Amino acid sequence: GGAYWVDSQQKRYVPVKGDHVIGIVTAKAGDVFRLDVGGSEPASLSYLAFEGATKRNRPNVQVGDLIYGQFVVANKDMEPEMVCIDSSGKSSGMGIIGQDGFLFKVSLGLIRKLLAPKCEIIQELSQLYPFELVIGMNGRIWVKAKTVQQTLIIVNILEACEYMTAEQRKQALAKLSGN
Amino acid sequence: FMQRGLDSQTKKQLEEEEKKIISEEHWYLDVPDLKEKESCIIEERSFLRCEDLVYGRMSFKGFNPEIEKLMIQMNSKGKEEGIEEDDKMEADVSDEEMARRYETLVGTIGKKFLRKRDQRVLKGDDEDEDGEVEEGSSNTRPSKRAKKMFLKPQD
Repeated sequence: GGAYWVDSQQKRYVPVKGDHVIGIVTAKAGDVFRLDVGGSEPASLSYLAFEGATKRNRPNVQVGDLIYGQFVVANKDMEPEMVCIDSSGKSSGMGIIGQDGFLFKVSLGLIRKLLAPKCEIIQELSQLYPFELVIGMNGRIWVKAKTVQQTLIIVNILEACEYMTAEQRKQALAKLSGN
Repeated sequence: FMQRGLDSQTKKQLEEEEKKIISEEHWYLDVPDLKEKESCIIEERSFLRCEDLVYGRMSFKGFNPEIEKLMIQMNSKGKEEGIEEDDKMEADVSDEEMARRYETLVGTIGKKFLRKRDQRVLKGDDEDEDGEVEEGSSNTRPSKRAKKMFLKPQD
């Protein structure tokens, strides 16, 4: 209690410590991976920052992979650093995001809406088809459903949610679930 | 005028004199220290603290059961701590089994550290227990003699 914050809309992400984000591996530099997180600088991720990783047991990360992790260092003076384990050493859902699926970018305001507890959009979507969703605080969302068509439908709805009102959304979903 | 080693005393005197000269030259504020006001304002750049945001990885309708388990875990961390009780039930080895194994464990490791004589006695007891076919003599000696004696090969 007693917290005040300024709610603003922006598209560009600024790395913040503790945020969970989706990063794209752009390069392998020795023991460290360079990830693009949509900020001003690429973030670094050490190969030891995965659950169960040792010097001999390296994680199987290739250039172009998607990774869900959190920032441990993120200030304006230093290059941001990420890890894929939490403070107790468990991965708790972080790490390499699997094959297939679709990654797209939305504004940060929508991300916060989606991550709010009891978000209507997510609840309504979850009634449609089985699918998997990863939301990064850097404005990136990854979706995977059983067929390509379903995946694209979900992507389009999420992108359009930015500008649709609640009624329009319900109409659109009703059409879909009717089909 | 190269003195090989100044006496420590004379050194100290010299240092003190130097300090006096220097400190008189130093300027200092003759103002009482200002109390630092504890600012009640903390800057926080992440929205995570402001709003009760949900965990970012989700799965619906059983698409990825591991993530669905995670979702339940993550989202109830803030609410209840009843999950901790379940962990105790799920121990791989039950308490009773632990107690049994520990008993035998103490015995086997204890044997390791016995002196040689005691080890022989133990071995003899074990052999007696095994030798159900042999009758009568439960003496350890004959069996030992048999072991020690050289057996001539029969022509």
